[in-house]
Order: sequence, then structure tokens, then C-alpha cells
Amino acid sequence: MNAIELARLDIAYGPARVVHDVSLTVAEGESFALVGESGSGKSTILKAITGLAPEWTGEISVLGNPRAHRPDRGFAKTCQMVFQDPYGSLHPRKTVDDCLAEPLAVHGVGGRDERVKAALAAVGLDRRFRFRYPHQLSGGQRQRVAIARALMLEPRILLLDEPTSALDVSVQAEILNLLKKLRRAEGLTYLLVTHNLPVVSFLCDRLAVMRHGRIVEVAHVEALKTGRLADPYSRELYAASGGTLQPA
Amino acid sequence: MSAVRDWLLDDSPSSRLQASLGRAWRSFSALMRNPLAVAGALIIVVLIVMAVFAPWIAPHSAIGQDLANRLAPPSALHWMGTDELGRDIFSRVVYGSRITLMIVTMVAVISAPIGLLVGAVSGYFGGWTDRVLMGVTDIFLSMPKLILALAFVAALGPGIENAIIAIAITAWPVYARIARAETITFRDSEFIAAVQLQGASSVRVILRHVLPLCASSTIIRVTLDMAGIILTAAGLGFLGLGAQPPLPEWGAMISSGRNFILDQWWVATMPGFAIIAVSLGFCFLGDGLRDVLDPKQRDGR
Amino acid sequence: MTAPLLTIKNLTVTFPTPKGPVEVVRGISFSLGRERLGIVGESGSGKSMTGRSILKLIRPPGRVTADEMVFDGIDLMGLRERRMRELRGARISMVMQDPKFSLNPVMTVGEQIGEALQTHRPMPRRQLRARVLEMLEAVRINEPERVADLYPHEVSGGMGQRVMIAMMLIPEPDLLIADEPTSALDVSVQAQVLDIIDELVRRNGMGLILISHDLGLVARYCDRILVMNGGAIVEECAARDLDKARHPYTRGLLAAMPRMDEDREELPVLDRTAWAAT
Repeated sequence: MNAIELARLDIAYGPARVVHDVSLTVAEGESFALVGESGSGKSTILKAITGLAPEWTGEISVLGNPRAHRPDRGFAKTCQMVFQDPYGSLHPRKTVDDCLAEPLAVHGVGGRDERVKAALAAVGLDRRFRFRYPHQLSGGQRQRVAIARALMLEPRILLLDEPTSALDVSVQAEILNLLKKLRRAEGLTYLLVTHNLPVVSFLCDRLAVMRHGRIVEVAHVEALKTGRLADPYSRELYAASGGTLQPA
Repeated sequence: MSAVRDWLLDDSPSSRLQASLGRAWRSFSALMRNPLAVAGALIIVVLIVMAVFAPWIAPHSAIGQDLANRLAPPSALHWMGTDELGRDIFSRVVYGSRITLMIVTMVAVISAPIGLLVGAVSGYFGGWTDRVLMGVTDIFLSMPKLILALAFVAALGPGIENAIIAIAITAWPVYARIARAETITFRDSEFIAAVQLQGASSVRVILRHVLPLCASSTIIRVTLDMAGIILTAAGLGFLGLGAQPPLPEWGAMISSGRNFILDQWWVATMPGFAIIAVSLGFCFLGDGLRDVLDPKQRDGR
Repeated sequence: MTAPLLTIKNLTVTFPTPKGPVEVVRGISFSLGRERLGIVGESGSGKSMTGRSILKLIRPPGRVTADEMVFDGIDLMGLRERRMRELRGARISMVMQDPKFSLNPVMTVGEQIGEALQTHRPMPRRQLRARVLEMLEAVRINEPERVADLYPHEVSGGMGQRVMIAMMLIPEPDLLIADEPTSALDVSVQAQVLDIIDELVRRNGMGLILISHDLGLVARYCDRILVMNGGAIVEECAARDLDKARHPYTRGLLAAMPRMDEDREELPVLDRTAWAAT
């Protein structure tokens, strides 16, 4: 079974169409990257999958189940999302504990105390962070909390929207390592959105390059590592990111 | 003492209680660093103490008449003089604080939650819900407060309860507007999206995630509005539509004193001072609260 | 090298906090000729504060002290605010991170660039307009006539940043401080913008301080690099020798960056205790 299947997906934001005719499949256990510059529609695809961007046509199915046009309770347990901005994705007036316990409360899961402690340990946060407010945490610590929150309901798929682009290099390395470790430990499927090609090279198996709302190329990560991307735009992106091009 | 302080300011609190007490303490000590806010808070504390301990503070009865001693100027015996029925004005002002405090509290308790809820629902859902709710709000907002309150009192009959209801009905639209504006700024933010993705219902999102964020600006606004509420109540009292005699309501006291304002100035002036002092107190406190609670002014990141 | 353009000795920036004063820049010293100097560091390293204190843009309660801060023979520390204002823009300019917040939304692009020049050097309107168009062309904007009449919200991020650069360079300053000038931009636009800065700096023989968190970027566009951490300069080296950097922090930063041909199972993480002792 495929983790995520998109077929002939068109997404509109108000009057503007931002994604055109996108079809792709992400296998279970795979780590897949959507790469592109701002305005390429890559984040919008994540939003459509979660139901946060409801105006789409085509087909989206997650683990074989067709997706509704809005977020729903059942979906929350299979698929969660980590957002780009660690400063904006945590409620400013809630402690780390409130934030992590909330999904459990929504779904009536018991043993919250233990689970919150376990989740903190899993993302490498000391227990003393448990009752802090977001403004008492650094960017990297916040992102760890956001990842822990996404994992509270034990989903099988994580959607990652530029999870490290707001972080410092050294912190980015920590978060990338954490994501890699979690994926291995839990057998998670990742759909990563990023503009950073080296991150893709570190974390992903396959990638799709997007431009102006369309996929221009789907490639294996080996093609990226060796600089053998085929599409001219992908190659341009690759060169701008400091890579040395090889003949495709 | 310092141990308690350290416990409150601990960077890594060990329980929910410690975390929220710590935050409250931080806000409190920030408030205490603002001299105007301290002055405002002191006035409010004095008002509350006066209201609670009125029978012990007031040297005379608030309604006991002493016709032999009417319209006596301020003296050692009657600090603020006496009114046209020989009642001790200071005692009446002290007892009047109970009425003022009750009006203010009741109006806040009724109108703030209504406004918050209407505003948050309107801002969160947008679309038609927003248009309908805000239409209603605008209708209320477009009418002058005192006139609308007058109309309600005229319909319901004079009396302190009706005055409170009337003022509350005219006060909530402002809070709805504020809550809506506030809600819209973070409706599309990622932390709200994250809760939605966890499967939380709209009711839960609004009650547990949206309202706490609108609360502080509403509290600030309510505090600043207190002055206006007191004045409206006094206005209704002055027009004879609020508290009925012999209740020592400050506005009504001014009203009855206006006949003697040229010769016996203290009758109208003393309750006037009380109104000004309490209004100022709430304004100062509200300004201080704004500096402390406004998220934009907080240590932020 | 002749007399340096900018000399800084023992610069310290302090901010008071409820728990006592915190030094965000701790007594750093460096000098700059008409060259391209990169200041690299992570957030909280004090790199932006260093840039701002040169222009004396640190607002109270922040405090700036230095044994010496001399720009082209002028003692910046002793300078009155009024004289400082004449210096800012005219002789030392600064490009900030996000053009959206630095451009006035109710003035056209052309007016703003014109004003930047006009405040320092009054001139007739027609001549001013010509200079503005010339400057827009210099930052490689294709239709300067059209773009000059646009409002900031009508231009893209990359173009906005180019407009900012035009605005900052039109009074022909001697020193440009660029604080993360491209981190809000797409990768392909980044290179364009930096190329423009680079070209103009070389052509006018200016000094450049490029402040960034991106080691690779700074190495590409600068001659010399200062690496800052915790408010102090931990390493100073020529840009081409960056890969030979010795300090464990610099080495840690270099290693922590994922590479395009990544084959490491795990990225090395900075061990923050490793150099704290040194």
C-alpha cells in the first residue's frame, strides 16, 4: 500500500490556482522530498493533504483512504505535520506540557503523564523543559517540542514543512539527526517540503522538483548526490545551491 | 521570601501550578514597576476595602436623616459635610462604593464573556457567520451608549438591576470587535493549524486556544472601560433612572446636590471626586495592564 | 594597507535584564580596509549587534562601549547623534534582512531611493530622477522607468532587496553593512543579489561588512572572515582558508552543514563544551 497518493491534483487559493495537475506516489516507509522555490506550490500540497487548503480537485489518498476536504479526527492519528516556523507553531500561552497533552486529550487517550514524559525523552528534551512556556525555549528546543507533538498520536506519516529552515546550522544538524533517528525507530513515512537540496540529500530517498505549481522532475536522491538531475530547472536549482553539475 | 521568589522565577518549573504562578508573578512584578499602575491599583484596592468594610469605615448611617443638621459644611464631625436631608456625605460615599463596585463587576461579568465569545466565533469562522454577528454588533455599536441605556431603562423601568443590564447590553460590542480583530490575526497561524490537525473540534479550538489569547486585550479594554461604565451608571443615576433614593449611588447624589451647587458646593462635589478618583484608578490600572499583558510588548521570542 | 577605514577596539554591547546585565558583544576588536569582511555566527552570537553598534543603532537600555571606534579618522564614540545621522546613509549604509519591513509602503520605490540621496545631497528633481534610474539599472532592474513608479508591495522579494541596495548605495557610501541581506530570498535570487552587491562594492572601492549565518555564502563573497560565538570573535581567517579553520567551533559549524553529496549517517553535532574551556 502507498502511504500517499496524489492524482491529477489541482489546488486553488481563492481565485488563484497554485498547483496544477500534480500526480505522485509516496511508498510506505519512504522519505520523499518536494523541492522548489517560494511560490512553487510545494507547501500548498501539504496543506491540501491535511485539509487545511480545502479547495482542491483530483484525488488524494493516504494509506489507501481518500482524503476529505478538511481536517478530521481519524486522519489525525495517521498523519501529522511539523511546521516551518518554530516560533509560530507553538501556542504562546501554553506550556510544553499543555501542548503535548492536548492531542491526547482530544482523542481521549489515557496515561497522559507517562506519554508526555516519554515523548520528551524521544525528542531529546530534558524533563525540566516540561512546564516551560515557548518563549523560554530556543528555536531548536521549540522545534523538538513541535516534533514531539506531531508524534503524540503515533502517526505513521509525518508531513514536514521546511522543518529546519528557520534554525541555525548546528541546530539544524541536531533536528535532522533526530528526524532520521525517529524515522528509523518508528518506521515513519516522511513527506518533506524544502528549498534546501543538501537537506534532501541527507534525509530523503526520492525527490520531486516543483516549479510554478507543477512537478518538473521526479528523481532518486542518487541523481541529486551525483549532480545528474535531468530537467534544466532542477539543474539550475542545483547549481545555485552550490552543487557541481555532471552530465545527466 | 527569597526562596519563594526563586521558586516562582525558576526557569524550569516542575509542575503546572509552579509554571502558571511563575507567570502570574512575573506579570505582577512588571505591573508593580509601573508607578501609574501602582497608583491605579491602590485606588481600586481602597475602593474594594471601602466596599467590604463600609459599616466599619463609615462614621454615620448612609440613610439616617438629621434634618436639624442639613447642608452642613465639611467639618471634623462630617468630613464631607451633610446633604439636604442631613445625611453624612462621607458615609454615603463609602456605602456608595458598594453600588459602584457591584455595577462595575456585574457589567464586566456579563458583557466581557458575551463580547469575547461573539468576537472569537465571528473571527474564527469568518464568512457568513462573521457577517451576521458583526452586523448585529455594528447595530449596537452605532447607537450612543447612554441613549441606548436610557431606552432600555425606560422600557424595563428604573432601578439598579435594570441599569446594570442596560449598560452591559451597550458594552459588549466593543469587546466583540476587539476579540474578532485579535482572533483574525492568529486564525491562520500554525499553532491553530496544529490543533486542528490533531482533530480538535471547533468548539475546543475556540474555547481552549483562541479565547485565552483574546482574553488579555479584553481584560485591558474592560479595565479601561470601567471609567466609562462608572460614568454611564452615574449618568443614569443623575437622570434618576439608575439607583433609586435613598440608595447612596454617586451619580444620584450629584443629581440631588445640583440644586445647591452654588451655595453648598460640597453636596455635589464630594461624590464627584469619588467618581473621578475611581475612574482614574481604573484608567491607570488599565494602562499598566496593557504594558504588562500586551503580547507585543512582552519579552516575545 | 593604508590607514584602515574602520578600526574597532574592545567593543562591548550590554543589555540589562532582570537577572543583571548581559554582554551580547564581549570586547571584540577588528579593523577593516576597503575590503570585504564577513562576520559569521549563529543567532545570539552578537554578529548583528556588532553591525548595529557601528552605526550606533543600539537603542537604550542597550549600552555600547569601546576603547576605540574610528571610521575614516572620525571618532564614532564621541560623535553627537546629529553628526551621526549625517554619517548614516551618506558614508555608512546598512542593508537589512527583509525588504518588506525596511521599505515605506506608501512611497513609490523611486521616491524612496530619491529621498535617500536628497537628504544628503540636495539636487534638482530632474537630475535626481536620472540618478535614481541609473542606480536602478546598476542593481540590474530591467525597466527602471516602470519600477521606479511601483509601490513596495508590487515588487517581489528579490527586487525589493535590490531596491534596498539601490537606496543604500545611491549616496555612494564608503562602507556598506549588509546584515543577512539575502536570507529572506530564494536560493537563485540570493546569488543575483549578492553578485550585485559584490560588483558595486568593487566598482566603488567601498568597504563591505557582510553579516550572515551562512558560512558557505560568506566564504564565496568575502576576502576575510570573522567567526563569532557568544559575543566574541573565535576565529579570524582569510575566506579561502576557511576549510583549514582551526577553532573547534568553526570546524563544528562546517561539519554540521549537510552536503549535496551527503553520505554520512549522522551529522556531527557541535559539542558546546569542547571549546568552552579554551
